[in-house]
Amino acid sequence: MAGHDHEHDHGEGGHAHAAPASPLARRVKALEALLVAKKLVDPASLDALIDTYEHKVGPRNGAQVVARAWVDPAYKARLLDDATAAIAEFGFTGRQGEDMVVVENTPRIHNLVVCTLCSCYPWPVLGLPPAWYKSAPYRSRAVLDPRGVLAEFGTEVADDVEVRVWDSTAELRYLVLPERPTGTEDMGEEELAGLVTRDSMIGVTRARSPAREEPA
Amino acid sequence: MNGAHDMGGMHGMGPIDTDPNDPLFHAEWERRAFAVTLALGFQGRWNIDTSRHARENRPPPEYLGSSYYELWFKAAEKLALDTGLITAEELATGVPQAVSDTPPPDPERVAAILRKGSSARLPDTVPPRFKAGDRVLVRDVTTPRHTRVPRYCRGRTGVIDRDHGVYIFPDTHAHGEGTKPQHCYSVRFTGRALWGDAAREKDTILVDLWDDYLEPAP
Repeated sequence: MAGHDHEHDHGEGGHAHAAPASPLARRVKALEALLVAKKLVDPASLDALIDTYEHKVGPRNGAQVVARAWVDPAYKARLLDDATAAIAEFGFTGRQGEDMVVVENTPRIHNLVVCTLCSCYPWPVLGLPPAWYKSAPYRSRAVLDPRGVLAEFGTEVADDVEVRVWDSTAELRYLVLPERPTGTEDMGEEELAGLVTRDSMIGVTRARSPAREEPA
Repeated sequence: MNGAHDMGGMHGMGPIDTDPNDPLFHAEWERRAFAVTLALGFQGRWNIDTSRHARENRPPPEYLGSSYYELWFKAAEKLALDTGLITAEELATGVPQAVSDTPPPDPERVAAILRKGSSARLPDTVPPRFKAGDRVLVRDVTTPRHTRVPRYCRGRTGVIDRDHGVYIFPDTHAHGEGTKPQHCYSVRFTGRALWGDAAREKDTILVDLWDDYLEPAP
C-alpha cells in the first residue's frame, strides 16, 4: 500500500520521487506555489485532501456496507432500493457518491463496473480508483470483452451466467454487491467485511473465500 | 467529441495491470496535482462537465501519451488561465499580480464540502420521455463539443432498464449553456447489438443516457 509519509516529499522515499524533479513535477509545484501566493488555495487544505483520500476514505467503507447487506436482509432491501440513503446510514456521503446505485451479484448475474469515458468511481465507499481502473486497457475492453477482462483478474464466470457491465457515463456511481462466500454462515459482520475486497466491489473479482489466503 | 478518451470497444491497448498493491499515487507530484485540481474547483469557476471536457479535449496522441494525473493537471492549469483565476504572466514569473480577497476553504470547510458533495440530480419537474421496458435508438451524436454518449452505442438499439430521474445535461452544462434538466436512464444493450458475434449471447452492457440522446426505436 501507499505507506509514504507525504511530509517527506523530497526524495527520502527511495524510488520514483528520489529522482530529480521532472519538468511536469516542476510545473505542478510552480502552479501550486502561485495559487498559494494568490490565496486561491489553502496549503493545509491540499494536505487534508490528500490525507483524506489516501488514508481515510477507501474500500473499507464499502466493505462495511456489503457485510451489513449480507447479514441484514432489511438493510439489503434498502440498499438495492435506494443505495444513496442506505449508504448514508453509515455516514458515507458526498463527493463522487452523491447518487449511488448498488447492483447485486447472484448465481445468474455477474456485474462489472467501468467508466469508458473517464474514471467515474464511487469515492465515499471505495476511495480513489486504482490506476488500472483509469487505464486504457480496462476502459477499452470492459465493455467489449468483459469475460476476457475478468479472466485477467483470475475470475472465471460460467457460460450460463449473464455478465452485466455498467458503464458509468452519467453521475450515478455504481457499487457491486458481491455474493456472500460459502462457509461464512458463522461469521459476524466485522469478520465478513474482511472478505470484501475493493476489486470485488468493482466486480472484477469475487469476495474472498475464508479458506483462501490471498492479497487484497 | 470523438476523442481518444472515448475508449469503449478499442483493441490493442494491452493487458491490465491487475496488481492489487499498486499505489493510488505513483509520485509526489501526482498527489499535489490531484489536490490542486480539487482545491481549484472549490473556486466555483467551472463545473465537473467543464473539467471533463478540458481533460478529454486534447489531440489523441497527446491524450494517449499522458498519464492520468498529467491530464488532470493540464486541464486545471488551462481552466485557471481561461477563467482568469491566474494569468499567463503570473504562471511564467511565479509572481502574483493580484491576490484573492476571499479566503479559500480551510481544511474544516473542505471536509464539509466533500461530505456534502454536489449532486447533479435536479427536481423532478420534467416528464420522462421513456419508461422502463421501452425500446430506444441512440442518436448518432457527433459533435466536437462535450457529450457523454460513447461512440460504441450510437445508432444502436437498447431497452430502458431504469429511470434515474432528472439530471443536469452535460452537453450544455460543459459549455456554460445551462443545465437543460432531463431524465437520465440506464439503457440496456445486448452484447450482440453492440459487438455482433464477438459478444457472448447472454452478456449485456448498460449505459447511462439522457433523453436528448434517445429516440423511440422504430
